[in-house]
Amino acid sequence: MDKERQQQAYENYVKKKTPVHNLPANMGKAFIAGGVICTVGQAVLNFCEKLGFDKDVSGGWTSMILVVISVLLTGFNIYPRIAKWGGAGTLVPITGFANSVAAPAIEYKKEGQVMGIGCKIFTIAGPVILYGIFTSWVLGFGYWLLKVSGIVA
Amino acid sequence: MTKGLQSIAFKESPYLVSSASVAGKKEGEGPLGKMFDMVEKEDLFGENTWEEAESTMQKEACLLAMGKAHMEAKDVRYLFGGDLLRQGVATSMGVSELNIPLFGLFGACSTSGEALALASMSVAAGYGECMLAVTSSHFGSAEKEFRFPLGYANQRPLSAQWTVTGSGAFLVGTKRSHVRITGVTVGKIVDYGLKDSQNMGACMAPAACDTIIRNLEDFGRKAEDYNRIITGDLGYVGQSILFDLMRGKGYDIKKNHMDCGMTIFDQMTQDTHAGGSGCGCAATTLSAYILPKVERGEWKRVLFVPTGALMSTVSYNEGASVPGIAHGIVLEHC
Repeated sequence: MDKERQQQAYENYVKKKTPVHNLPANMGKAFIAGGVICTVGQAVLNFCEKLGFDKDVSGGWTSMILVVISVLLTGFNIYPRIAKWGGAGTLVPITGFANSVAAPAIEYKKEGQVMGIGCKIFTIAGPVILYGIFTSWVLGFGYWLLKVSGIVA
Repeated sequence: MTKGLQSIAFKESPYLVSSASVAGKKEGEGPLGKMFDMVEKEDLFGENTWEEAESTMQKEACLLAMGKAHMEAKDVRYLFGGDLLRQGVATSMGVSELNIPLFGLFGACSTSGEALALASMSVAAGYGECMLAVTSSHFGSAEKEFRFPLGYANQRPLSAQWTVTGSGAFLVGTKRSHVRITGVTVGKIVDYGLKDSQNMGACMAPAACDTIIRNLEDFGRKAEDYNRIITGDLGYVGQSILFDLMRGKGYDIKKNHMDCGMTIFDQMTQDTHAGGSGCGCAATTLSAYILPKVERGEWKRVLFVPTGALMSTVSYNEGASVPGIAHGIVLEHC
């Protein structure tokens, strides 16, 4: 008990001693970085719609183009530099997801196509994929229950 | 002979015959850049992987240290070496060609102290006339081992440290030089229960404090008896915590403390946050910056205290704390 209290006291002391990033500044940068990425996406979407694609197809093209740009920027080591400045603004959009898949692929290529890229490409994105799919399954199940019980048409 | 609770004072102190440092590009651009024996502009050191690059650095450091003393691998009785990678592969792969009987060590970033302690003990005990101690770390292989792939986009916390790409090798023996290892204090594992692997300075500071005080008490010295008390890689956060902990125990080392992690990089221009870290941090700084000063007699006696954070990615994921360890090496001009 006493040891636990001591550990807690040290942890609190360390927290006070350790500098942290400035939260408002980080939020501002994330807003700008995320905003720029989304504006680029919107521009692509508008362009696709202008070409006469319907909404779904245009959305698909937009995601694909953003992913390709992000993967290329990761390969040239530019995306990590943008993320250092933009923080969550670069992690949350689909470009961040693409980076989290491309980066392990590049790093683990040296360990082989199967044990390297194959096994480790989703080391970072894996949890997002797993729990993303699981959550959509739970929501789908809930929707089905509501439908069967006649609460929603 | 043994001294106090944890220390050894050598009756016939072994000499630090020669040393060598090999460093990467970023380190070469830092404040100590011109002092390293070898700086490679390409962090792969002509190899294909980070791990091979680290092994090459170790081999080069060993060869340079032996070359400076005009010795060959066959003159070295035992080799004490370690690194940060799983199962110590950087050392195994790096020094295999040298064909020197090997002790593979792990003490996280304190390995240089562990290797120097064991090498000097072996020489002092008469088990050989010449021993080699070597350690290394590499930014690429350490990031991959402990954190994320290099291309992954994330923001490092301000308490995070930058793993030094570098290797230091030290020949310890009976051949005369201007630096002697007169004593060692072997450190205990000190665990204050901290779990933040991105704040290693805070995890290691209690261990550094423990070893420094143990050394002073075992040898009956005051902090002023050392020209410098030099910690391995506490960084900016760890140093301020060390000062507080020492003050709490009645010691003031503010005037003569130096930290290799704060010396090797320029925090303002090199974006290294809390400072350098890794086995290579303390080892290359010792070889390139500290030893020349002791050799010239600018510093008569220093206490070198490399610090290590003991953890693995598994222990971290399983919620274990990050304990620290630190070993004290007393270096004297002669």
